[in-house]
Amino acid sequence: MPVKPLFYAAFTVVMVMLVAACSKQDEHAFYNSGLVYCSESNPVTFNPQLDTSSTTTDASSHQLYDRLLDFDPDSGRIIPSIASSWLVSDDGLTYTFQLRKDVEFHTTSYFTPSRNFNADDVIFSIDRWRLTSHPYHYVSGGRYPYFESLGLAQNIASVERVNGYRVEINLKRRDSSFLANLATDFSVMLSQEYGEALLQQGLPNRIDQYPIGTGPFKFENYRKDHYIRYQRHQTYWGEQDNAERLIYDITPKSSLRLAKLMTGECDATAFPAQTELEVIRSRDDLLLAEKPGLNVGFWAFNTQRPPFDNPDVRRALAAAIDKNTLLEAVYFDSATRAKTLLPAASWAFQNDADDTAYNPVLARKLLENAGVEPGFTMTIWAMPIERAYNPNAAKMAELIQRYLRDVGVIATIVSYDWATFRRHLQEGLHDSVLIGWSADNGDPDNFYRPLLSCGAIPSGTNRAMWCDNDYDELLDKALQTEDLEARRLIYQQVNRLLYERLPLVPIAHAYRYQAYRNELEGMTINPFGGVRFGGVGKSL
Amino acid sequence: MIQILSRYGVLFILTLLVLTAMSFSLVYLFPGDVLENLTGIVPQNEIQREALMRQFRLDQPYIVQFFYYLSSLLQGDWGYSLASGLPLREEIGIAMPATIELSAYAMLMALFVGIPLGYYAGLKSYSTTDHTINALSITTYSFPVFWLALILILFFSLHLDIAPLSGRISLLFDIKPVTGFVLIDIMLAEGIDHGLAYRDAISHLALPTVAIGAITTASMVRITRRSVIDVIHRPYIVAARSRGVSEWQIFFRHVLRNALLPILPLMAIQITTLITNAMIVETLFSWPGIGSWLIQAIYQRDFPALRVGMLAVSTLVITLTIMVDLFNRIIDPSREKYERATV
Repeated sequence: MPVKPLFYAAFTVVMVMLVAACSKQDEHAFYNSGLVYCSESNPVTFNPQLDTSSTTTDASSHQLYDRLLDFDPDSGRIIPSIASSWLVSDDGLTYTFQLRKDVEFHTTSYFTPSRNFNADDVIFSIDRWRLTSHPYHYVSGGRYPYFESLGLAQNIASVERVNGYRVEINLKRRDSSFLANLATDFSVMLSQEYGEALLQQGLPNRIDQYPIGTGPFKFENYRKDHYIRYQRHQTYWGEQDNAERLIYDITPKSSLRLAKLMTGECDATAFPAQTELEVIRSRDDLLLAEKPGLNVGFWAFNTQRPPFDNPDVRRALAAAIDKNTLLEAVYFDSATRAKTLLPAASWAFQNDADDTAYNPVLARKLLENAGVEPGFTMTIWAMPIERAYNPNAAKMAELIQRYLRDVGVIATIVSYDWATFRRHLQEGLHDSVLIGWSADNGDPDNFYRPLLSCGAIPSGTNRAMWCDNDYDELLDKALQTEDLEARRLIYQQVNRLLYERLPLVPIAHAYRYQAYRNELEGMTINPFGGVRFGGVGKSL
Repeated sequence: MIQILSRYGVLFILTLLVLTAMSFSLVYLFPGDVLENLTGIVPQNEIQREALMRQFRLDQPYIVQFFYYLSSLLQGDWGYSLASGLPLREEIGIAMPATIELSAYAMLMALFVGIPLGYYAGLKSYSTTDHTINALSITTYSFPVFWLALILILFFSLHLDIAPLSGRISLLFDIKPVTGFVLIDIMLAEGIDHGLAYRDAISHLALPTVAIGAITTASMVRITRRSVIDVIHRPYIVAARSRGVSEWQIFFRHVLRNALLPILPLMAIQITTLITNAMIVETLFSWPGIGSWLIQAIYQRDFPALRVGMLAVSTLVITLTIMVDLFNRIIDPSREKYERATV
């Protein structure tokens, strides 16, 4: 029968066509022209001013935007970005920034800029979160959680244009962490011209959904639950070589991200699970980068609810748990024990700080003295999502539950979906909660103030609902001190105070992991916030 | 003929009407707000809520609400997704073709592999070849589809690294979803290397198509084999053979067509299984079809999406089933006489 030869002939023709259409080299060049990053979730917005979640900053801060200043990823020092130099007055209240002149905004299908980045854009970007009268302040919700938690808007007296490329910012009080705040992921520079254009079209909301920035990549399109697509910004001011395309492949399941990394469908992935680290280490084609992260996982007590308003009760509960067991069972050796809020990566880290110790006998005694009867019931809220600082809050909650039973306290574990969970926390419905904090820069104020200051209760980052005037005064004093050594001493006092009053029990500082394929070049972990792909490329 | 057409037409419309009524009742049966379940719009304040209630006739009797619902469905106004805020028609318009495409290739595989194998096994019935084919098909048929898909992923993607495990095409190709069928969209896309894109898309298609197609292929083999065996023992075949007609002539003139006729109605049943399997396999291969879309909707408690998604999938299944059935009637008039006796 002639069927077989015919079939083979047709098959060969098809295969030859497919293969001939592209030589091996073209194919290589094509697949190497773009980067695929498997990200873990959908960003809430493309403007990191509006959201502190790392998914949002990963997808926007370092890809789409630039900041006036940046952190050097190795030393943590502040380095120039699109502000080429800056000057601080002797009284520490006036900051003058000289801007680069060659910074171009993205030209996209939805906007064509007519001018380069200048002082007007700086004023626009800062005034958007600073002034409630700004036309864009209430666009997309009007909440700027990072700036609110630090009370930054209240401390800025004015942002003024000196000339086209020079801006002056006047503060009301000294703030030695001000420059660091301008270098965080959230202090991005938007385009004032784009803002004006959108206002004229009556579509101000688009500014956060169809972003225009000056960063190494420009936004192309986004499909929820599927992908975000970026293109190279051809006229980027920086010198590094950027990939032609950057794609975020949104893959919520951690195991699937790892599988895609193994087959090469992703070049890098976000948040490998602790249990997968061994697999990644054992493979030659994958690299695992780790750095001590700027984060802290903790167990916070709601200090506005009796009996947790009593420091002795809090100390008793802290003494009832064994932190080392929690570290082993939950973090699998991918974290260090936390004594204070600050991890070792911060310059103000105190090595000899006091730490709570596992002592159930002391715990029982303290509880008894405080009048807490055996059989007392309380809730432990376990956050429903994985974060580096606490990869498995539910498991940790179960362990703590068992420790508490030994000292006669009956704990129940509570969890909701993430949005409801955070809302209820803000309302203060919890007795205690297992949660944590990823800082945005290495400045100690970035840990102490959002986590425990009085001002951070309404903005929803003070999970202990703790308000202590001594504490706030010390923090303010530290900010007004320029000398690093003197500031370090103040933070040691703060640590002492926290150890005595214990509104929360610091548990762990987790390492930060990033897994990527070994043909990626130039990939580094940014310990200060979001992932960055500027300057990352693939070797042939 | 006209009678058949009109009978099927009425059946089709009535079934759809019942389905629409069920999807409408979901608006009330789902937990949560009726207005949000129906429209996917979350009203900002009481005034807006009342205006929307009036607009969607929710302040009137159920029957009026239902007919308003029906007419807006027909006009293409399917409501909005609670999770993404996008019009559901647009979302389903992207997801549905992906599922149809995958099912179609799996069906083609079943037809072009299953039927010839079935003929071969039937003609060689009760030989070693037949037993082998039969045993293989029973084994394949009894695989749970998600297990098969996982094994394929494990072996071909993770172990041998020769096929990608997720999606329809590498995201590096910027292909706008125009028709929703990836192979057609590649043709329409500009500024990409088409050869490379086709190769990439086909390598993405291979595993899910095999995973879905294998089971349907196996049942196709068994159905065809049974039918061929039935036919070759019919008296007219025996008569032809006794007249000295050659085996080839017997096969092409008598067996081929007669064995095919009973297969067609059974294919209609296969379509339902096929689409169900496709929806399961999609979620494993992250294929952006209606199956993984519905799973997402369940996770996110996107009730408007579930309501319309269920309607869309069942409409698709019913349309296909009725079309195959109708096609049978037209090419096989001998079935007419059974019509009143069968359902």
